[in-house]
Amino acid sequence: MIPETGQFALILALLVALTQSVVPLMGAAARDPARMALARPAALAQFLLIAISFGALMACYVTSDFSVLNVAENSHTDKPLLYKISGVWGNHEGSMLLWVLILSLYGAAVALFGGNLPAPLRARVLSVQGMISVGFLLFILLTSNPFTRLDPAPVNGNGLNPLLQDPGLAFHPPFLYLGYVGFSMAFSFAIAALIEGRVDAAWARWVRPWTLAAWCALTLGIAMGSWWAYYTLGWGGWWYWDPVENASFMPWLAGTALLHSAIVVEKRDALRGWTILLAILTFSLSLLGTFLVRSGILTSVHSFASDPARGVFVLALLGICTGGSLFLFALRAGKLVGGGLFAPISREGALLINNVLLSTAAGTVLLGTLYPLIADALDLGKLSVGPPFFNTVFLPLMIPMVLLMALGPFLSWKRGDLAGALSRLKFVFAAAIVVAIASWLLAGGSSGPLWAAGGIALSAWLILGSLLEWVERVRLKSGFWRRVRNTPRAAHGMTLAHLGLGIVIAGITGSTAWKTEHIQVMSIGQSIDVAGYQVTLDGVQDNVPGPNYSALRAQFTARKGGRVIVMHPEKRSYRNPPRPVTSAAISTNFVGDLYVVIGEPDPSGGYVTRLYYNPLAPWIFLGAVVMVFGGLVSLSDRRFRIGAPKRAAAAATAKA
Amino acid sequence: MRWTILVPLILFVVLLGFFGVRLTQMERGDMPNDIKTVLIDKPIPDFTLPPLIAGSPGLSSADFQGKVTLVNFFASWCVPCRGEHPLLAGLADKVALVGVAYKNKPDEAINWLAGMGNPYQTVAADFDGRVAIDFGLYGVPESYLIDRQGRIRYAWKKPFTPEEIRDKLLPLIAELNK
Repeated sequence: MIPETGQFALILALLVALTQSVVPLMGAAARDPARMALARPAALAQFLLIAISFGALMACYVTSDFSVLNVAENSHTDKPLLYKISGVWGNHEGSMLLWVLILSLYGAAVALFGGNLPAPLRARVLSVQGMISVGFLLFILLTSNPFTRLDPAPVNGNGLNPLLQDPGLAFHPPFLYLGYVGFSMAFSFAIAALIEGRVDAAWARWVRPWTLAAWCALTLGIAMGSWWAYYTLGWGGWWYWDPVENASFMPWLAGTALLHSAIVVEKRDALRGWTILLAILTFSLSLLGTFLVRSGILTSVHSFASDPARGVFVLALLGICTGGSLFLFALRAGKLVGGGLFAPISREGALLINNVLLSTAAGTVLLGTLYPLIADALDLGKLSVGPPFFNTVFLPLMIPMVLLMALGPFLSWKRGDLAGALSRLKFVFAAAIVVAIASWLLAGGSSGPLWAAGGIALSAWLILGSLLEWVERVRLKSGFWRRVRNTPRAAHGMTLAHLGLGIVIAGITGSTAWKTEHIQVMSIGQSIDVAGYQVTLDGVQDNVPGPNYSALRAQFTARKGGRVIVMHPEKRSYRNPPRPVTSAAISTNFVGDLYVVIGEPDPSGGYVTRLYYNPLAPWIFLGAVVMVFGGLVSLSDRRFRIGAPKRAAAAATAKA
Repeated sequence: MRWTILVPLILFVVLLGFFGVRLTQMERGDMPNDIKTVLIDKPIPDFTLPPLIAGSPGLSSADFQGKVTLVNFFASWCVPCRGEHPLLAGLADKVALVGVAYKNKPDEAINWLAGMGNPYQTVAADFDGRVAIDFGLYGVPESYLIDRQGRIRYAWKKPFTPEEIRDKLLPLIAELNK
């Protein structure tokens, strides 16, 4: 009965979404307040119905109802409750249901908190959201029904891939989707603006918080996935340039560009057409990611049950959504050109270069990701594009961007003073060089690569430059706290987000350049020196029981100075489905990670062990958290809470 | 209206075209992880291999003249080979089937064949995998169909399925035997 309720609610949600996509749009065209007003209750009802449906699927998982095919294929009674719940989105059908749940959540949020939007804009935005919902609800109901029954029901299920049974990964998809799907808001606002033929500062102010919220969630989602890869896959890597990772990274790059170009629209009423295009492209890249992942059109280490038939459906959705909006853009964008003028050297100019670099970066990642597919279609053979390509093309784009990131905030709007900005940064430049040389020497000088010094210099330049800008803004003198409070939170947010990226860059540099790695057979009692730690294999215990696995559990003791660290890496054999999983033991002191993996027993009586020291690795994830925190601080800015001035008033001031 | 405004739409349509082509190819069975070989229609690499079982004949590139031969690389340590093995038995009367034990200890491979049945006319041993390199082997099992002139006409770089044998392999053997 519960699965049928879920499916029925989903069909009702489709009907509501259909109404939501048609009636308010017609109402907005006819200036009919009654039909426009339908958008809000429809968005709320749609969310409620999808939530009921999602709740029904979750109930099937929690109660292990194996008469539901999806539950039987992906769950097992042995699983801890957390993974029964996360199992709901650990598969294609359930994750699509989560996708539409989040989509309708954003729609409901606009209905609830969008009180300051003009009624026609709100009606159109919600109507576009409704259209996206219709497409994806049809996709679920026609090709990927999570409520299909299984008769006879098996005694137990197949279980969830043990690699996914991890707290870090349990919440990775919800955040990722909050990000992906969140960009649908910017998209809907862009389409509504194109229909209205009107983009102004007020529009940018309305669209920015939604983009910012989506960006925060996506940043966190990507960081969680990366962190999970770092601590579970057992070799200390955290990014692989795999197609599925790229699928999440491209919308991130485009979304970051969008955040910055929306500022220019808001403050200076320039870059309007470009911002609309970016809003369309950012969400299109999210859809493209969905298509690439679900269709199996690319080979990836991340496997979803791939199915060309589903691929055709998502491709059709992508074609209608992106093709339709780009067509609308081509029709209407001519009206959007113009706006505020600015000199090449100015805050706008810096933000424009940031946009060019970020979108070029997104474009190169797209090219690298799709190249195997293009080669395949043109019969040039099967090939794959790996890290060497991405590192070669991506870094040259990021270096000027980071250099500019510290400089840009020092330039004023409209016409900036480059010489003045550079002279204010000269001590930062000198300090960055000193920090780089000092850390390079500290890390053993020529034993590490020279480029590492460059990476640290960039990181220090960005961190110190951002701090200097903040210090100049609040001036560390009397009245400091008053100035801190009076500074818009968006400015604090920017400083934090830029600092966060600086920390990430230091982490990437350190963990790539100065990593130490020891792979060997160790007998019990043997010690190995790893980056100053004396690591001893104390013993190994087999068949340690876990909730749904048994483990080979090793005990290592690491000693450095007077410090003694006991570590327990495991090699787990899961029962359902039977699969070995390594569980690394990581001891962090926030400057570096000691990373220990136990492997197979060796005929000689020892064990294969892998011991790593990853300097600055925790900074990658710490920096990402700081970036997200910056985004949240910016999101709490007063002008988003109070809302923009009325449009008419804004237009009047613009004329005056 | 400036034409540049159409650029995103045009690029997107081209991209859609590529996706469409690939999805159609995938419907026909050309998946992205299917590895093709560059050796199609080329003569087989020059090699000589010792027999797996001492005293029986070995295998060399000269043995492929005048008959249609299916070369199957296998190993006792390879789990997918175990799944494929029963299908090979059904081919023994339709084509000259030869096996190559890839990076396998002789006694382990011999025991494996004794337990699973030996469908091969000849079994050679490629202990160090050198000949496999010349064939461009990615893993085991892999199979190559050689025509009467000693040219590779077909390669299957994963375990056989009954459908693949019925729809592709057997018709090709019949054609090459004409």
